[in-house]
Amino acid sequence: MGLLTKKDAGLILDPLADNNPITIQVLGICSALAITAELEASIVMSVAVIFVLGIGNVVISLMRNIIPSKIRIIVQLIVVATLVIIVDQVLKAFAYELSKTLGAFVGLIITNCIIMGRFEAFALANGPWKSFLDGIGNALGYGVILIIVGFFRELLGSGTLLGFPVLGDPIAKTGLYATGYENNGFMIIPPAALIVVGIIIWVQRSKNPALVEEN
Amino acid sequence: MAINTDKNSYTVFFAALMVVVVGSLLAFFASSLSGKIKENKRIEKQQNILYAMGVNENDEASVTFVSKDKVEAEFSKYITEQLVLENGKTVENDEAYLLDLKKQLANNKNGDAASFPIFIGSKDGKKTHILPMYGKGLWDAISGYIALNDQMIVQGVYFDHVGETPGLGANIKQRYFMDDFAGESILDGTRYAGIQVAKGNNDPLNKTKDDNEVDALAGATITGNGVAAMIKETVDLYKPYLETVRN
Repeated sequence: MGLLTKKDAGLILDPLADNNPITIQVLGICSALAITAELEASIVMSVAVIFVLGIGNVVISLMRNIIPSKIRIIVQLIVVATLVIIVDQVLKAFAYELSKTLGAFVGLIITNCIIMGRFEAFALANGPWKSFLDGIGNALGYGVILIIVGFFRELLGSGTLLGFPVLGDPIAKTGLYATGYENNGFMIIPPAALIVVGIIIWVQRSKNPALVEEN
Repeated sequence: MAINTDKNSYTVFFAALMVVVVGSLLAFFASSLSGKIKENKRIEKQQNILYAMGVNENDEASVTFVSKDKVEAEFSKYITEQLVLENGKTVENDEAYLLDLKKQLANNKNGDAASFPIFIGSKDGKKTHILPMYGKGLWDAISGYIALNDQMIVQGVYFDHVGETPGLGANIKQRYFMDDFAGESILDGTRYAGIQVAKGNNDPLNKTKDDNEVDALAGATITGNGVAAMIKETVDLYKPYLETVRN
């Protein structure tokens, strides 16, 4: 990491594993449940959150010394809502197709607790560059889990990946379906995301016992 | 100089400033981009209408509209007539595609004058009547177009949605769902029955075309019911027109 000091690199890398916003801090679960039935939606959401959290963290960090502490949550909310609306408008004007795909996510991005959480916990106390790295790192950590969950849910639930049938045709009974395999309809409904996230948390904690809390 | 950010007067000042800054920023973006956004919406509408009557660039499994730069020319080539239905009578109106169905439905509900657009398409010598649709899904509005021939057989449909769940209700705009509608009749005998989106269908490949049924999407019951209700409402709404062209 030539460009980054060891500490800066940690800001990006820690949230990918041992300080992951979803599996360790258990934030952002609502959107992780809602949109991971398909891999494509997971990827779109991850990119959108990387963008919003990276820029939002910088904006909040630049404003950190002038934000009145009594109304800081409202200010944070306004910053993220404004950012998302501007992005949405610009996409509608210049990349209409993409904006249609993103339409459903706009509300979910604004209410994503990871975004408010990083503003509050990091950007308010750190400089813009560190905040930028922290934002990107946490959004990546969120995205990684989203994509893992999306991968398994789409594969097991619909037998496709990014919309391409990879296991054969379930109606004409070709490929794997010829052997009697069936899609698991449970995987496309939201509770399945909780189970997949649960399994990820289990695997992660059994590999690194330091993450297990003492009772 | 450190600012005392705890003072009430500063808090009020900051809040007021923030409102002004954010407000003007959003207003600036909204007004400078609105022309472009309107244009995009118009193009999309024309693409959707053409899609329903079968003018598109689909390959095996994709949903591909005619391209943006061609849509104007294709629209005037394939759409031979634009009509509006007002009080049970049809009148010619070359700008019917600019009407907003949602607004017209609201007018109709309030008892005000309403005009419902109808597009007559002609492709390879076959005439289709394309009707716009608008209804409710699970989370938000759903909409679309349905193309019928003189025998009231569906020639094609296009569905769209604002915020249905990705992977579930959002799949109403997938080919495998939309293609099932083609060939179905909206009539059951002489009754305007519409098309049901049926669960536990004994005909998942949709081989029977005279049962007024297509196979539902797993996990999207409410969106599917919304689609069926939307088709039924459209058919009822346009019944006075359909009666005059049916044979």
